[in-house]
Amino acid sequence: MSKLSLIIKREYLTRVRKKSFIIGTLLAPVGLLVYMLVIVGLSAYQGGDEVRVAILDEAGMINQIPDERGVRFIPAANKNLDQLKQEVMERKIDGVLRVPPLANFKQTDHTVYYYSEDKLAPEKSELIERRLATKIRDFKMDSLRLDVEQLKLLDSEVSIDPESLTGEDKDDQSKYTVGVGLAIGGIMTFLLFFMVLMYGQMVMRSVMEEKTNRIVEVIMSSVRPFDLMMGKIVGAGLVGLTQVVAWVVLSGAVSFLVPMIFGLDSPPPGAMESAGQADPEMVQDMITRIMSELSKQNWLLITTSFIIFFLGGYFIYASMFAAVGSAMGDDSGEGQALTLPATLPLILAFYIVSMAGWRNPDSGLMVFASIFPLFSPIAMPFRMAFNPPWYEVALSIVLVLATAVLFVWLAGRIYRVGILMYGKKVTFREIGKWLFYKG
Amino acid sequence: MILSVQHVVKTYGTYRAVDDVSLEVPKGTVFGMLGPNGAGKTSLIRMITTITAPDEGKIYLDGELLNSRSPEKIGYMPEERGLYKKMKVGEQLLYLAQLKGLTEKQAKDAIDYWLNRFEITDWWEKKVEDLSKGMQQKIQFIATILHRPRLLILDEPFTGLDPINTNLIKDEIRLLNESGISIIFSTHRMEQVEEMCNHIVLINKGKNVLYGDVQTIKKQYKKNLYEVETDGVLPDGAQVPFPVVKHEKNTYTFQLDREETSSDLLRFFLQQPARVVRFQEILPSFNEIFIQRVAETETTA
Repeated sequence: MSKLSLIIKREYLTRVRKKSFIIGTLLAPVGLLVYMLVIVGLSAYQGGDEVRVAILDEAGMINQIPDERGVRFIPAANKNLDQLKQEVMERKIDGVLRVPPLANFKQTDHTVYYYSEDKLAPEKSELIERRLATKIRDFKMDSLRLDVEQLKLLDSEVSIDPESLTGEDKDDQSKYTVGVGLAIGGIMTFLLFFMVLMYGQMVMRSVMEEKTNRIVEVIMSSVRPFDLMMGKIVGAGLVGLTQVVAWVVLSGAVSFLVPMIFGLDSPPPGAMESAGQADPEMVQDMITRIMSELSKQNWLLITTSFIIFFLGGYFIYASMFAAVGSAMGDDSGEGQALTLPATLPLILAFYIVSMAGWRNPDSGLMVFASIFPLFSPIAMPFRMAFNPPWYEVALSIVLVLATAVLFVWLAGRIYRVGILMYGKKVTFREIGKWLFYKG
Repeated sequence: MILSVQHVVKTYGTYRAVDDVSLEVPKGTVFGMLGPNGAGKTSLIRMITTITAPDEGKIYLDGELLNSRSPEKIGYMPEERGLYKKMKVGEQLLYLAQLKGLTEKQAKDAIDYWLNRFEITDWWEKKVEDLSKGMQQKIQFIATILHRPRLLILDEPFTGLDPINTNLIKDEIRLLNESGISIIFSTHRMEQVEEMCNHIVLINKGKNVLYGDVQTIKKQYKKNLYEVETDGVLPDGAQVPFPVVKHEKNTYTFQLDREETSSDLLRFFLQQPARVVRFQEILPSFNEIFIQRVAETETTA
């Protein structure tokens, strides 16, 4: 076995066998599941006890309002405000809603009064406002003798359908195209940012550990410094890939197994209607269209570019972290500033994508970010779902790979000096000098 | 010659850490490399162990110019040494031995042999961080010699060792040397040099300032001082033809001229009534030679 592969094997195995890695890998999908359940639970939460509200309709605009989400509407015909207030005090009802008459039909804002000993929860107050507005609207339409059906015809839903100039219509786009593209791009960007940062720092810590352990000189008398550095970078990178693959497999298993275990093959029929205004048919339609958009994506291209940009970005940043780790050594506190050149561009790239990318994946800033090699590993995969011009992708790939090679080489030159330097406070200037040391 | 260093220069920036050093280590010797802190010993050793490369000059190991196979013939225990704390002893030794070019099988056999020899076979599964400092040093030593190097380089090997372990390792070094392994022993502890080394080199400010075999150097630096102990005091008026540099009770230290020999001194005493009980030439300790030589080079520089 070659020395490089021995080093890779050790770096990989010691990390993968660590309890923290196993727990992190196993628990992340479980954590995701718990998170999803909490979200579902929260959205289903009714917001406390039921509130009984009597409606004192002074103008006769409102007839019955159906009970909804913890609010019970009680008609209060033949009762006056004082009687109703008495009922509130006797706890027969929780509050009185006094709806004064409209001054005229042109009035578009209307204040109603709520008498109660308790404050109305914001969610309930909003619900009541919406229902009353609808009732007042119905009342106005009725009074003005407007035709409801004709009014409905006034509303049109407009959506932009992008068409290609050449007339080839092989990928017909819709508003879902953009949404799905953003989702794919967003997930890729986040995953890349997270992995490059996390595993790059893992390389840094591992380099520092060998330096503080003082084992590094022993190892260096057996292998070349470059092999040791490369072994670390490749080993940690493989751990990262293992983790992602494990997460994908586990998440798949969890999302497949959980519905089987709990016997929920579809959401209960009522849940959909009360949760939102959307009717099941529309939701069904939406899901089919998203699915069709997903199947239309060029997954081979997306996966390939993800891997290329992951490798490029990972090697660029991991080699920077390795160089920084070799220069830092014993006291991690003092050397913190040295990590800035490695972390800053990464965070900046993520920031550009999350600010500019969401608004327009093809803006000038995004085009620049997706070609500039320190940003492109994060920015270009985001654009991949939007069919960027092939020459931009090609340029970006060439640049990122060339930069990765260059950075690994530069890091190797810094590493071989830094790793044997003890008890010395290192500056950027000094690191610059190391680049030119011979042998 | 197991090692031949020829006109080696190493600079860091503008600083000349090793400045035209040449030396040869004969096969089968224990070779002491001495020098004050910062003299360039570690820089020189790092070039011999192929950790760095010389800017100028050549280094031959066993007749071959240093190459990528050379590390497998060298065992190096640096002054700044350590082990992976979280790794188990067995795995760690296996890894380090394989990096030195042993196959897994060879490495396992060698580890078994050494753990048996030090009677610590039950340590295989122990993590290094659970061992005491002295125990860790034993493992470190084993790691250095597992691959049966032709040349063993030990940089301050006894720092941090208690007297018992120091003796244990000293004995092992002697045995290894007897079995044909050449040893370079870097230290600033002079008594260890006199005890263990046949040859030495003294390095100061990157230069080789003294080099040769121990007995020759001692003779070269002797000051013709002789100590004589008698059973009675010399009579007050005795005509002593040699200057007395020290006199304590019945013990006299004489300074002889270059032309005079110990026989001349003995001849004088034969004529005295007091009998000679002890007669000894005072050879300089390496500590003295070391300080003298360093001082000389400082003033000439």
